[in-house]
Amino acid sequence: MTTTVNPIAALFKQRTFKRGVIAILVFILIWHVGSQLDEWTGIDLLGIGLVPPPGDVFAAFLGVIPKPGYWMSWVSSFSRVLTGFFVAMLIGIPFGLLLAVNRYFRGIFFPPFEILRPIPPLAWVPASLIFWPTNEMSIAFVTFLGAFFTIVINVLGGARSIDISYLRAAQSMGASQLDLFWKIVLPGTLPSIFTGAAVGMGITWEVVLAAEMISGGGTQGGGGLGFFIWNSYMGGSLEQIVVGMISIGIAGYLCSSAIRKIGHVMMPWRRLF
Amino acid sequence: MMKAGTKSKQKNAFKSSVVELDGVYKSYGEAWTSDDVIDDISIEFPAGELTVIVGPSGCGKSTLVNLMAGFEIPDKGTVKVDGKPIQGPAKDRMVVFQETALIPWQTTLQNVTFGPKMRGDKKGASLDKEAKELLVKVGLGEFIHKYPLQLSGGMQRRAELARALINEPTVMIMDEPFRGLDAMSRSLMQEFFLELFEENRKTNIFVTSEIDEAIFLADNLVILSNKPTKVQKVIKIDLPRPRNYKMLTTTKAFKYKKEAMSLLHDEAMKSFAVLK
Repeated sequence: MTTTVNPIAALFKQRTFKRGVIAILVFILIWHVGSQLDEWTGIDLLGIGLVPPPGDVFAAFLGVIPKPGYWMSWVSSFSRVLTGFFVAMLIGIPFGLLLAVNRYFRGIFFPPFEILRPIPPLAWVPASLIFWPTNEMSIAFVTFLGAFFTIVINVLGGARSIDISYLRAAQSMGASQLDLFWKIVLPGTLPSIFTGAAVGMGITWEVVLAAEMISGGGTQGGGGLGFFIWNSYMGGSLEQIVVGMISIGIAGYLCSSAIRKIGHVMMPWRRLF
Repeated sequence: MMKAGTKSKQKNAFKSSVVELDGVYKSYGEAWTSDDVIDDISIEFPAGELTVIVGPSGCGKSTLVNLMAGFEIPDKGTVKVDGKPIQGPAKDRMVVFQETALIPWQTTLQNVTFGPKMRGDKKGASLDKEAKELLVKVGLGEFIHKYPLQLSGGMQRRAELARALINEPTVMIMDEPFRGLDAMSRSLMQEFFLELFEENRKTNIFVTSEIDEAIFLADNLVILSNKPTKVQKVIKIDLPRPRNYKMLTTTKAFKYKKEAMSLLHDEAMKSFAVLK
């Protein structure tokens, strides 16, 4: 190994990376063919002829890149997602663990939780727009709800399915209740916490986009990616709609790979799979 | 006969205890639908001897283990160690579980040092040194920083033995510890385990459903009945120690096997018929 390896060249040497790149290129090719089909053959396959070709979308992308408004959309959507997500983790993990380890706590809080859980986060939008003083707060609240229920239910399930022999073994070796929690229950729940986080993060993005579209997402540049798409729709720019959609795809991908990376570092014993 | 070991063991550097079950009953479920698992068992496990418990599958062997370990409380009767009733699980009685109970998020070394660290009775470099020596002894010197999932089944069992032994228990309770190992590792583990036992002579209560394993290991063979479980017979296995596999083919061993098998077969047939 030489010391000066071009990291990008090294990436291309990895088979999985190469495969990924090829898969995306093939996808773009099919997209292109699909969008041009009407023009080439006269067959309007399920109205697919209306899809802007990838080249036009790419051009629209280049068009928005220098615009600060576009990046502001990223920043505001990201900050809403992260706020909602972190608050959901901060409250949801201890809440789920308490539900799992304490019978009385579970008896009191689980029933109302289970009644609230099936309510889709978007059903909360009108109410929270009225309850919360600012649009921003109501969007953050709805985003929080999207992640909260998923995280809690995963943490609860994970903590409850820990093998009882770990607890028994630890107990007979003299571990206190507190030790059992920190050494057995918490690390044993980590995999479920990360599953909950990954799923919750996905829901957060879904919710934030919809909330931004419904609420109008504020006015000056703070609209977020959801508002960006809505605005493009209002302006009739098909290409920009797709740009917005792809941006969300990239944003969501960045978030979930961050969660995977952190999980990888925090759970070394699971790297063996 | 079964009390023979008690006195001579007192001078042994390794302390070991007598375990007694005194009129132990255990059932599950509500009174009117109750399923009696253990029905009036009184038995003594002599200090420094290896007592093997065999019984038909589903007869409540694991319940017996849980009662002796203190994970469960008998409905009637007491479990005593050296004459004193037990108060829940404690480090004097270490259990080696059916499936591995090594903590998956701790390395082999962390697993072994877990008990002393939790109690704070041994610490730091001297604890690590002791744990490493134990791991070298069970042949895992090279694997101290591996996680349990990186070890083979046989290695996991040996790590678990080390984890139990560092707590200096006076009783070892083994709940079908070699179940799930392939035939080769199983017989290697049996030999390894016997060497260990013959060296430290801790009171050992070993549960299995394999008759050959039982006879190979045991000083005393306890044969349980079908549910509700009672003690059917205690057979003294009078084979010399140290043992080796050839002893299993002697006429004496064969006689034990024949006796145990006929007792077990009748009981197994009963539970088989119930299943049908």
